[in-house]
Amino acid sequence: MIPIPAINLGSILPALILCAAGLVVLAVGLFVRRGAVTVAALISLVGIVLAFMTNSPLRALNAEAFSGLVAADSFCWFLNILILIAVGLTVLISAKYLADEGMALPEYFVLLLFCAAGMMFMVSGNHILVIFIGLETLSISVYVLAGIHPAIPRSQESALKYLLLGAFSSGLFLYGAALLYGSAGSLALPALAKYFQAGSTSLMAKAGMGLLLIGFGFKVAAVPFHMWTPDVYEGAPTPITAFMSVGVKAAAFAAFVRVFFDSLAALQVNWSQILWVLALVTMILGNLAALVQDNIKRMLAYSSIAHAGYILVGMVAGHTEGTSALLYYLLAYTFTNMGAFGVVALVGRKGEANNMIDDYRGLAKLHPLLAVTMAIFLFSLAGVPPTAGFVGKFTIFSAAVKEGYVGLVIVGVLTSAISVYYYFRVVMKMYMEAPATEPQALHFGPAVVVGLLIAAVGVLYIGIFPITYLDLAAKSVMPLF
Amino acid sequence: MDLASFPWLSFIVLVPLAGVAVLLFVDRRAHDMLRWIALDFMLLCFLGSLFVYYYFNPNNAGMQLQEYREWVPSWGIAYKLGIDGISLFLVLLTTFLGPIVILASWKDIKVRVKEFLISLLVLQTGMIGVFVSLDLFLFYVFWEIMLIPMYLLIGIWGNPARRLYAAIKFVLYTVVGSLLMLVAILVLYFMAGKSTGVYTFDLLKLYDFAVPVRAQFWMFLAFFLAFAIKVPMFPFHTWLPDAHTEAPTVGSVVLAAVMLKMGTYGFIRFAIPLFPNAAIDAIWWISVLAVIGIIYGAWVAMVQDDVKRLVAFSSVSHLGFVMLGMFAFTTIGVQGSILQMINHGLSTGALFLIVGMIYERRHTRLIAEFGGISKVMPLFAVFFMIFTLSSIGLPGLNGFVGEFLILLGTFEVHPWYAVLGASGVIFAAVYMLWMFQRVMFGEVTNPKNFNLSDLSAREVVVLAPIVIFVVWIGVYPNTFLKPMEPSVNKFIEHVQKKRTAIIETDKKIKLSGSDLTIALTAQRDGRSCVKPYAQ
Repeated sequence: MIPIPAINLGSILPALILCAAGLVVLAVGLFVRRGAVTVAALISLVGIVLAFMTNSPLRALNAEAFSGLVAADSFCWFLNILILIAVGLTVLISAKYLADEGMALPEYFVLLLFCAAGMMFMVSGNHILVIFIGLETLSISVYVLAGIHPAIPRSQESALKYLLLGAFSSGLFLYGAALLYGSAGSLALPALAKYFQAGSTSLMAKAGMGLLLIGFGFKVAAVPFHMWTPDVYEGAPTPITAFMSVGVKAAAFAAFVRVFFDSLAALQVNWSQILWVLALVTMILGNLAALVQDNIKRMLAYSSIAHAGYILVGMVAGHTEGTSALLYYLLAYTFTNMGAFGVVALVGRKGEANNMIDDYRGLAKLHPLLAVTMAIFLFSLAGVPPTAGFVGKFTIFSAAVKEGYVGLVIVGVLTSAISVYYYFRVVMKMYMEAPATEPQALHFGPAVVVGLLIAAVGVLYIGIFPITYLDLAAKSVMPLF
Repeated sequence: MDLASFPWLSFIVLVPLAGVAVLLFVDRRAHDMLRWIALDFMLLCFLGSLFVYYYFNPNNAGMQLQEYREWVPSWGIAYKLGIDGISLFLVLLTTFLGPIVILASWKDIKVRVKEFLISLLVLQTGMIGVFVSLDLFLFYVFWEIMLIPMYLLIGIWGNPARRLYAAIKFVLYTVVGSLLMLVAILVLYFMAGKSTGVYTFDLLKLYDFAVPVRAQFWMFLAFFLAFAIKVPMFPFHTWLPDAHTEAPTVGSVVLAAVMLKMGTYGFIRFAIPLFPNAAIDAIWWISVLAVIGIIYGAWVAMVQDDVKRLVAFSSVSHLGFVMLGMFAFTTIGVQGSILQMINHGLSTGALFLIVGMIYERRHTRLIAEFGGISKVMPLFAVFFMIFTLSSIGLPGLNGFVGEFLILLGTFEVHPWYAVLGASGVIFAAVYMLWMFQRVMFGEVTNPKNFNLSDLSAREVVVLAPIVIFVVWIGVYPNTFLKPMEPSVNKFIEHVQKKRTAIIETDKKIKLSGSDLTIALTAQRDGRSCVKPYAQ
């Protein structure tokens, strides 16, 4: 008789609820014709709220489930919240977008929910294969979502590019896992940690670590593994770009942190030097390339590369300070970037015809409130107080200074001075230039308004009163150390 | 309620923001109503600052009217405000100019009035906040917050031709400097934290922390860059003529009168007391840069054909005096330096208002377009004359007192810098009077100037209060010097004492024999934290 291990569904309940909601949407989509998108969006939101509620017990836990395959701890709790915020805001932004584009596709929401569930598995994975399964679940959903716009060829192109390069990086990731297994005899994170702590470091294990690092580097879009980012971000439907730039990045960074700080901590001297270099080139290249973009989605794509660089600085700094700064930064970035892309989706209008930075000319006159919201997001991306982006950069840099990485921080602040130029350029277009032709007024749906409002209030609130969130982030990384 | 214990500093910081909140709910087309509301809040803010002045004890050298509230306690960040003799008059200058700039923009700004007034009010909060914060983090937040409204003022309501260029240039210059300062703030925070065990951004506590000499140099340099750009000191001044020339009138007024002072104030409040050894070592090159600024600014001002640009370059020259006096480190020099900050705020601010008034009438600022204006606008000529003379430093008006004290204080210690600096006074007379002569005297040759209307009642109300202070400071400067004196003495004493103490510990470390003793002493003195930064 084979013993059946104890099953603790509570530890993965939020992800299960998202999957269930996805299945319900799928079933309902068969019967509802008219207004399918609205119904699907509502069901998704209900699922997200339920998942949010069932997530809270994780906060107090520090346990393993499914024979140690899944970790149920406050780290997951924090990232699950992040993922739910990201997917919730994406749903709110998407409803209007889909209606405008005439895409009556309830499947869109199914994929979105499955993708979020994949992310949750990824952040809670306590075994490299679980992380890999989560990674693939989310990636495959995103491959489809990136190419879901039927009328825009660029969308399909972006999906194909992402698929090819994504498959390649998954291959490298798996190869790395295989090498680690070969040297340690297990892929469970605690087992790996024990192996490395014993002082055994073979070349094979180090090569495995390097390949894992490349796999993660690809997903978080760190230079030099960033090549796909601008094209894919530009081609994908804007709400999906928003979700990719926030959700995928957060989940990938979370798994990155968990694997490297939990099981590869003994090799920190080795990988933190590599990350130091990656952070440096990512910050420099991301910001310099963003300077010369004319398309706002491409500009935000390079800016998201640059932000990956800042987050890497947090990883280089390490310890509780660095990693908790990283979590806070991800939270700030979630609100900010979702908001910014939300505005881009709105201004883009039908067929994403207005995605050039020049299309923002005169927006302040046409829609003053929308322009103010966009300005808040841009200021937060640039790191101007009193926004969340400022506190995020501040905590990351202060963690790095504390560990003595002053040189890296100086490069960080100088590159963020560069970033001020291209973020302020959009503000300049909105407030200080007149449009060539009188643009048509935009139509808002209630969902978008709610979404942008949540994002803007979030950016300001956690920027002015950061203490609660900094403390939460600090408590959430406790299980790792 | 007890008025003395009322948080007056918070009051003046927050009143402009309350004004913003009210303005948000007013119809954007009701221009006059918007202006009246903004004016009322600025007046309320000024009234609050009079209470600050009233409750300020001029015999006390320390920080007064302190307020403290926790903000991020786990990081040692607090909302801590306070005021001393050094910042008192800068705060008063800011609140005094608040209502004046609203009045001055009454007819000038006709588009997007609501946004304009909101920008001015936010700017006011930021500026007062910088002068009263006693927490480095809080200070940095206020310092950066001001960036956005000023950027919008230049970029939206500026001179159409080059406003975008000027706006982004202003932002980039400021941001580069202030971000490097942020790094230095963080280094200081951890250095002090590791050595004393108390992690805090509290300025007064950090004053007591002795930074090792070698680290001081780099940190002082980062602070220097941020503040020198803001002052602006030669050779970091190139953003200033563009920003001043392209900004709308009141933008230039605020920029010249208050924002430049934040640079000089930054030196006196942060850079020098925190890093006294580096500051004293920097005397010679900062003084040289200041003297170059004085003479260079004057020479360039002389050849300008645009009145506003001329006044802008004269700022470079005047701020050179302020820096020269500060780095004399004598009571008289530093007092003169602070007084000159106020003087420059009053007279250059007023000159920008004057230029704005003539620009509103003629839509040009080129000197060649004018001539004989005193005949058509006699009242205007009187005011213009007073401010010109005040800017030159005519005895009996404010400019003279400040410059005289600075030169006197500098002469005691560095006679040659004083001698060279004094030539700036002569050049100032040359460029200002020459400009005044070409604009105001002679025959009216340009037919467009025949029918210019003289100052309106509103414009007189704008300028008259400034004249009062210009004369007051000129005739009886003690009203202003007295409350400064204890704080200035304390400042100089602190700098000298801390500097010697640090040199002493350094000597001890160098003299003590074996490596082990060095390491131990170093650890006790907080030198151990130098190591990681040197990698």
